[in-house]
Amino acid sequence: MKRLRRLLPGLGTYAALYLAFLYLPVLLLPLFSFSEGTIVAFPIKGFTLDWYAQLGEADTLLHSLANSVIVGGSTAVLSTVLGLFAARAYVRHRFFGREISEGIVMLPLVIPGIIVASSMLVLFLFLGLRPSLPAVILGHTFLTVPFAVSILKSAFDEFDPALEEAAYDLGETTIGVFRRVTMPIIGPGIVSSLLVTFTVSFDEFVLAFFLSGNRPTLPVYIWSQIRFPAKLPNTLALGSLLLAFSVLLLLTAEYFRRRAATGQGARKESRDDR
Amino acid sequence: MPLRTDTSKGLALGAPATLYVGLLVVAPLGMLVAYSFWTQTYVAIDHSLTWENYRSAIGDPLVRHLLFRSVWIAALVTLMTVLLAYPIAYFIAFRTERKALWLLLITIPFWTSYLLRVFAWKLILGFNGLLNSGLQGLGLIHEPMTWLLYNEFAVVLTLAHAWAPFAILPIYVSLQKIDRRLLEAATDLGSGKLERFFRVTLPLTIPGIISSSLIIFIPTVGDYVTPALVGGADGKMIANLIQVQFGPANDWPLGATLSLLAMVTVGIVAVGYVLLLRFLGSRIR
Repeated sequence: MKRLRRLLPGLGTYAALYLAFLYLPVLLLPLFSFSEGTIVAFPIKGFTLDWYAQLGEADTLLHSLANSVIVGGSTAVLSTVLGLFAARAYVRHRFFGREISEGIVMLPLVIPGIIVASSMLVLFLFLGLRPSLPAVILGHTFLTVPFAVSILKSAFDEFDPALEEAAYDLGETTIGVFRRVTMPIIGPGIVSSLLVTFTVSFDEFVLAFFLSGNRPTLPVYIWSQIRFPAKLPNTLALGSLLLAFSVLLLLTAEYFRRRAATGQGARKESRDDR
Repeated sequence: MPLRTDTSKGLALGAPATLYVGLLVVAPLGMLVAYSFWTQTYVAIDHSLTWENYRSAIGDPLVRHLLFRSVWIAALVTLMTVLLAYPIAYFIAFRTERKALWLLLITIPFWTSYLLRVFAWKLILGFNGLLNSGLQGLGLIHEPMTWLLYNEFAVVLTLAHAWAPFAILPIYVSLQKIDRRLLEAATDLGSGKLERFFRVTLPLTIPGIISSSLIIFIPTVGDYVTPALVGGADGKMIANLIQVQFGPANDWPLGATLSLLAMVTVGIVAVGYVLLLRFLGSRIR
């Protein structure tokens, strides 16, 4: 029986194959971005860094990159602030309408993107807000609030309220408590929320496509490029850079999230011991 | 702590996010509803209320066809993604000690640009693409396979890839929550491995299956990028038609009507699905 089991391809093999399936398309971009050939096909021809060098000269690309950084940065700050208040409310307070409020805040996750995009375009124009970067920021903040709330909720979950009470009892002011107790403890959660919401905004396409007008964000720029076969090598190079950047951001966010969990987790676990 | 301050503090803290999101759900949808009852001639909007948009949208075979195909493709995608993801979630929950590492490995590809991931599939499946050139190079095929790209298959494959973490994580969480003593009890009472899985493990993960299905199905019905890039003429979905109305065709009332029809369809199918799975779940025991 045991020998039979060893011979049959098991779950472990499946897991390895599945990982290959997940990573194959993603790793394709960097692999072919150094190729001298202009189509993606085997065998790979030569090695060059030209495609990367050309990116630095593409003005529209650099402008759209700047637009995306503006939008991502503003979105991250706005949704993290909204999320911070909401998460504290949901974890610390038992109030009438809490569950409804939590449900509403998660709605952006379950409305198809095209409907959010088209309906916001209609509303914003009705209110006199032309498609522009502020319009994209408003839309992206809407989309990223659920991410901020979930991340910050787990930060508050790990945060023992007794610590704040103790600081008050010892004579700290409200601002002092926030600065010396609350911030150091949920700080990593805030950083993680900022990074994740930034990344979501940075990658978002459909809403930006509808709302950015004549100031394209990076995904809108990429969309305009991937239709032209001649631009393919540059798009691959750009995609590889974005890939490296996103992975770096995600790993940083993960590092902060874990620091938040281990810094507080130990204390909470000992408290929860039965 | 007195109840009143707890309530007022909670409401005050929760209000900004709730109002922001709530208003941006209600107001735009309200505008869509209004537009769907108006009509447009060239650039002028006629504000008199009429069912005309709904009549012409539902009467149009193309609209019905695209709506049906969107739901059909989304259902296929959901099924494929969940089926492929379940064993992985099971593996992470029960068969490995390095859970955190596996979860991280699974989420990393998801954080790279969605647009570029879809584009990468186009490069893999294309006529001169990676798969065809690779297999020809190896001498396994002599002519490029043309059935890979620009059809439903390409859309389903691409989206099953794009949604993977959304299926794995909720199912993993529900597997992780299972009290291991229940599994031991099933074994002690004489269940075989398969029986134990179908009568204990699977029913207990139905909540996870429901939430991952919904989180995949709903956005997929309204997906724009994938059908536009890899769907070709046979893989177009309702979102592509909606975009045309708001863009090149410039018929916002019809676009609004289509958006609302898509949303209602999604809602009906989703509610039906949840009821069906709950019913099936209660029948197993």
